[in-house]
Amino acid sequence: MSEQGASVTGAQSLIKSLEAAGADHIFGIPGGAILPAYDPLMDSKIRHVLVRHEQGAGHAAEGYAAATGRVGVCMATSGPGATNLVTPIADAHMDSVPLVAITGQVGETLIGTDAFQEADIRGITMPITKHNFLVTDAAEIPRRVAEAFHIASTGRPGPVLVDVAKSALTAQTTFDWPTELSLPGYRPVTKPHAKQIREAARLILASRKPVLYVGGGTIRSRAHRELRRLADLTGIPVVTTLMARGAFPDSHPQHLGMPGMHGTVAAVAALQKSDLIVSLGARFDDRVTGDLSSFAPNAAVIHADIDPAEIGKNRYADVPIVGDIKEVVTDLLTVLEPEVAAGRTGDYQGWITFLAGIKEKYPLGYDAPAEGLAPQYVIERLGKIAGPEALYVAGVGQHQMWAAQFIGYEHPNTWLNSGGAGTMGYSVPAAMGAKVGRPDATVWSIDGDGCFQMTNQELATCAIENIPIKVAVVNNDNLGMVRQWQTLFYNERYSNTNLQKHGGPVRIPDFPKLAEAYGCVGLACESADDVDATIEKAMEINDVPVVVDFRVNKDAMVWPMIAGGASNDEIQYARDLAPKFDEDDL
Amino acid sequence: MSIAPHKQTPTGRHTLSVLVEDKPGVLARIAGLFSRRGFNIESLAVGPTEHAEVSRMTIVVNVEDTPLEQVTKQLNKLVEVIKIVELDPAASVQRELMLVKVSATAETRGQVLEVVNLFGAKAIDVWPDALTVQIVGNTDKLADFLRVLEQFGIRELVQSGVLAIGRGSRSISERSLRPVAVPAPPAAG
Repeated sequence: MSEQGASVTGAQSLIKSLEAAGADHIFGIPGGAILPAYDPLMDSKIRHVLVRHEQGAGHAAEGYAAATGRVGVCMATSGPGATNLVTPIADAHMDSVPLVAITGQVGETLIGTDAFQEADIRGITMPITKHNFLVTDAAEIPRRVAEAFHIASTGRPGPVLVDVAKSALTAQTTFDWPTELSLPGYRPVTKPHAKQIREAARLILASRKPVLYVGGGTIRSRAHRELRRLADLTGIPVVTTLMARGAFPDSHPQHLGMPGMHGTVAAVAALQKSDLIVSLGARFDDRVTGDLSSFAPNAAVIHADIDPAEIGKNRYADVPIVGDIKEVVTDLLTVLEPEVAAGRTGDYQGWITFLAGIKEKYPLGYDAPAEGLAPQYVIERLGKIAGPEALYVAGVGQHQMWAAQFIGYEHPNTWLNSGGAGTMGYSVPAAMGAKVGRPDATVWSIDGDGCFQMTNQELATCAIENIPIKVAVVNNDNLGMVRQWQTLFYNERYSNTNLQKHGGPVRIPDFPKLAEAYGCVGLACESADDVDATIEKAMEINDVPVVVDFRVNKDAMVWPMIAGGASNDEIQYARDLAPKFDEDDL
Repeated sequence: MSIAPHKQTPTGRHTLSVLVEDKPGVLARIAGLFSRRGFNIESLAVGPTEHAEVSRMTIVVNVEDTPLEQVTKQLNKLVEVIKIVELDPAASVQRELMLVKVSATAETRGQVLEVVNLFGAKAIDVWPDALTVQIVGNTDKLADFLRVLEQFGIRELVQSGVLAIGRGSRSISERSLRPVAVPAPPAAG
């Protein structure tokens, strides 16, 4: 740790503070107002990854955080540098990613004068940060950085922005790393209430049709081992949300898959027909519940979350439990284990059989197209060949849903995506950040051709900074998910979803050529016969980034599907094909 | 297993006392939160408290559709919000201040002053054709006062938000300001 009480500049104090807070990587771009901080950064043990766009810095910090569980750090200058961070900050806020964003601000005397590159980034980010600070006094820098890391990483994680005026960076000050923080309004509750735990255990044992509804909070609190024990102990079926893929092994027989708009029929049915939903770090998002008033009409709800405001926000909770999911599940196990040992187990057999029947009757699947390559096949093979130890980082759209459905996840923090915000362009920079955080892991970006064109400039960063990610562009020449909705709900009127020249023979851009231009290896694959060989070739290249252009059929659609705003009862297994639930079996 | 009904949404006015850290931007944070979550503020008053570093806001919120619980939970998530207490009108004293400029000629001034005295109000600025009156009271009293004054001609009025304090000897700001230990950074790698 840096020496206490040393006389330093504010800029030196900032870098010392980031070191003291445990940052080992920063993703960023210098500019006028943050410039003083970049001078001491040159001598720091912190590795700075120079990105090509601040949005890339923000998503890279998110990817780093989501892959490692540690705080991701990004840095930018004032004005447009800071506003370019807005999207990743909003993304981190929606998906509870621990992120600290450091921005330069114009000098104190210029604040409020519409100075060059001035933007009120603290005001702009108020609704999308967990907390933010404007620092104009150099002496405050260590305390604010310490507070930022503490707030970002504790309770419900989230983004914290520290905006530092240039005048504070250039001022002379002393470096005093605080030993205590004064945050009288910030005391997250992690230990669940014993009475609520007992009531939850009672409901679990008394229910006949329970389901463990596992959300991203289970991943953030690293509660996957405890969850596994709870599932094994009780035999209760499990569903994992988009944010929780990997929290419970896909290969586990109790796992019914992902619920929601593009969830499996079995997972949707498990929630919809249950008499008890045990929600662990999930938030009853509209993409999961569909029409709220008809969601799981016969279910009582045990809702455990570290954020009290999530409990009862969308769905009434019969048993609210505020606490860290790891502690909640541990405490539940403490109560349930002796009950089970004494032979007092829940009677779920009819329910388990019912769901197993649905799972068998309506598995995830797809039809191979008459011509061209099925995108689902590409993703399925990628999951098989790269395996469950690899990290998969998706963009947003059809390819994201297929990646959630067909990869097969066995471990937490191996599936990264933009769930709440739905940020196209997340994948490439987030994969870059994930690879920086997990350099020994294979990191696959699974991106769409639309998403890829929003942030692929970070391939230059990857090539130059020696961050050999692999990118599978699931390229259907279209904004595929929007096109799917146009197919289903707009009479096949394809307004502005074709990214290519209508009828043109040449693809613009040529992705393999683009990859080569960025110093990466570019590969292309157009037929199912070549998929395995192409993926294997990409797997063998580990010294430079690889981009594979998988040219897939544009008419493939994501199934199952519940139309936006419809009831979960309206799930379609495939187009115009509603599953039949034989509820007499229950 | 019983089916729990969805909780009924409570409606109507609620008076919240919110203790906040006296830091720049805290009012913007609270106003922004109400705006983006679609909560309706009827009135808001801010000022210092007996603790130098703590400000107190009295917020009257009208929750038609949003449960009050969501309002307080979202407010509590703000790092600078220390404590929120809902003040029941029956167990608290609630006051607003209003200044009214009312027309008052030589003929009507006596009548106006009679009303002012009846309501326990006070004339604070007198001109040949007008009178400025100060009144303190709860929302109903102020409304009654205006209704009676209306006949003379109200030229201008300005009104504070509600200030409220619980009855009895207990203080809501008895609080601990326990510091939080700075956690050691996680091991690298």
